[in-house]
Amino acid sequence: MNAPIVLPAPEGRALISTRFTVPGMRCAGCIGKIERELPKVAGITAARANFSAKRVAIQHDPALDETALTAALLAIGFEAQPVAENPLGIDDGERKRLTRALGVAGFGMMNIMLLSVSIWSGADGPTRELFHWLSALIALPVIAYSGRPFFASAWMALSHRRTNMDVPISIGVILATCLSMYETITGGGDAYFDSAVMLLFFLLAGRVLDAVMRDRTRAGIGALLGRMGKSASVIGPDGTTRRVPSGELEPGMLVLVAAGEAMAADGEVTKGFSAIDNAMLTGESAPEPVGPGAVVHAGAINLSAPLRICLTRVADDTAIAEIARLMDEAGQSRSTYVRIADRASRLYAPVVHSLALLAFAGWMIAGAGWHQSLTIAIAVLIITCPCAMGLAVPAAQVVASGALLRRGLLVKDGSALERLAVCDIALFDKTGTLTLGEPRADVSALDAEARTVALGLAQASRHPLSRGLALALLHEGVVPALIDDVREVSGTGLTGRWDGVDVALERPAADGQALATRLRIGADTQTITFADPLRSDASATLAALQAEGIEASILSGDRAAPVVAAAQELRLASVAEASPQAKLAALEALKAQGRRPLMVGDGLNDGPALAAAHASIAPGTASDASQQAADAVFIGEALMPVALAVRVARATMRIVRQNFAFSIAYNLLAVPLALFGMVTPLIAAIAMSVSSLVVVANSLRLAGSAKQ
Amino acid sequence: MTGLAILIPIALGMGLLGLAAFFWSIKDGQYDDMDGAAARILIEDEDEPA
Repeated sequence: MNAPIVLPAPEGRALISTRFTVPGMRCAGCIGKIERELPKVAGITAARANFSAKRVAIQHDPALDETALTAALLAIGFEAQPVAENPLGIDDGERKRLTRALGVAGFGMMNIMLLSVSIWSGADGPTRELFHWLSALIALPVIAYSGRPFFASAWMALSHRRTNMDVPISIGVILATCLSMYETITGGGDAYFDSAVMLLFFLLAGRVLDAVMRDRTRAGIGALLGRMGKSASVIGPDGTTRRVPSGELEPGMLVLVAAGEAMAADGEVTKGFSAIDNAMLTGESAPEPVGPGAVVHAGAINLSAPLRICLTRVADDTAIAEIARLMDEAGQSRSTYVRIADRASRLYAPVVHSLALLAFAGWMIAGAGWHQSLTIAIAVLIITCPCAMGLAVPAAQVVASGALLRRGLLVKDGSALERLAVCDIALFDKTGTLTLGEPRADVSALDAEARTVALGLAQASRHPLSRGLALALLHEGVVPALIDDVREVSGTGLTGRWDGVDVALERPAADGQALATRLRIGADTQTITFADPLRSDASATLAALQAEGIEASILSGDRAAPVVAAAQELRLASVAEASPQAKLAALEALKAQGRRPLMVGDGLNDGPALAAAHASIAPGTASDASQQAADAVFIGEALMPVALAVRVARATMRIVRQNFAFSIAYNLLAVPLALFGMVTPLIAAIAMSVSSLVVVANSLRLAGSAKQ
Repeated sequence: MTGLAILIPIALGMGLLGLAAFFWSIKDGQYDDMDGAAARILIEDEDEPA
């Protein structure tokens, strides 16, 4: 999984390197702290933080395992998860290839321009011929290298009998190069290597921007991923345990699941009592008590005591895998979505090709000779080349996604912005989406002594209620009391001794539906209640969505009572106790009515709905699968980024439409001039660059769009 | 013309040098952590006691 990189150490001992994702790294101080403090731990030689990807690479002694390193990071205040080398299977090679191509095209463009300028200023005879040959010498390898992304894509489209934006670009560049070669060989007056290379440079700039946006967001999402059980401790016939990766588990195996560990497969409890956190599967925040005979699912986290589990369904048969399959199928419909730029070029490319062909034929008939006719045809191709279009969409989307990123929303790609802009109805999951998804304790009734004791006890457990209590108390600035002999009894609570008095956090006597715990100090008892509060700006967000003309409603898998309560507080329509299939069906029904639903949800049970919706957003606390399925992920406690995303997406599409309108107006002006032979390919290339710059400048206006 | 014979190779050589430097910087990972590079300038080094 974590392919260790073996490095030779100075002392001759092999060091290995392990990567961790550290989402809590937020400032320069964090980088400094990690890189300075970690090497002070025995066994760690070096730590290097990558701030953009929120990763830390640690070089350490092989004796230290992942658990020890995670603990070392936690000791200096950072929650961390070990990560596989490449969790999302991202290939960042594409961006590097494009950047290299851009560098080469830039080098070629500058040098050829240098030579071209002297030709325009009157270099003649052998000098001109020498300069043409030099230009050809530079341009041919540069075009072959930098043009590859376009040639490859155009070839793909043509071999599938389609056409895309890269087809006119490739034809224009290749024709211009061939004609220039002919001119150079025959010692003619004009060569257009400069136009061809400049065209490639500007187009590559647009492609690089697009790739940068995708990589940046994926790195952010990658930092949030990686919580599922990837291996399990299998108990052998002789009672020993060994770690087995989840892919190699088999039904019937007996597995030991430690407290705090995530299940790697579905199974039935054979021994032990504990509580499990099923939030990943159901989104329900209350822990579920389990004992022998209980069925547990992969992805659930064992909270309090070790469990022995007999596996029933593994790998592709687990409930999670079933949901993943549903998601996959639901996501298929989205892949048929055609990006706006491609839709435009579908109309555009045939027009450009026929215009160029007409120009060539027209001038041939008029008797201009094939050389002049071809020059004019190339000018038409270059001047109408959808450069502004190639840049119009990525430039606007990159600027908009950057603005949203600063407000805590990661948009996966440009097509997500296009789809977000046209949503007309929003469906929200409740737990973890409209609410924070974790129980927060009401500690206002506790006195100072009770608070310190409660914190001392609560800190010792990973139970969601304990964590909620500890968080609430830490927030109030409480200092924990020193509790001896802390014991966690599954299903009952925590006990300990403080100052010679028995203290405990235990299950309240009256077991109602409400979340609560009872704090006992000696003979005194006090009940602490918990609530899963709505995100503080939930109603403001819904109002903002309404202002955009988007009606919202709740579609939840939770019990009816809490869903109705939340719906009443927010004055929304609601559907409760919906299964993943029912959620999917609700979305399909909306789509069949011609609506474009926006799904906002976090649980794995929302996964298929997230994949099926026209656009979808998940909170950063969502299950890994949901984050993968969603178009965008928002971080933090505020819900407002959801409304902001819609607003910015709409502003982006307005800018994109303006950019298109501009390039069409420009073409209407330039094409007739080119058709009548009044534009040389060089002027065409300059005009095209200017139009690209106008488009980029217009797109930059989006930088402030995410401000309130 | 003799001027050109010297100047053009120099111009091309300098361009190639820049291109080589750019390739090296990509390979070296200098563009892998742009936000981090911006933040690192703010880290205060602890002075080692002399």
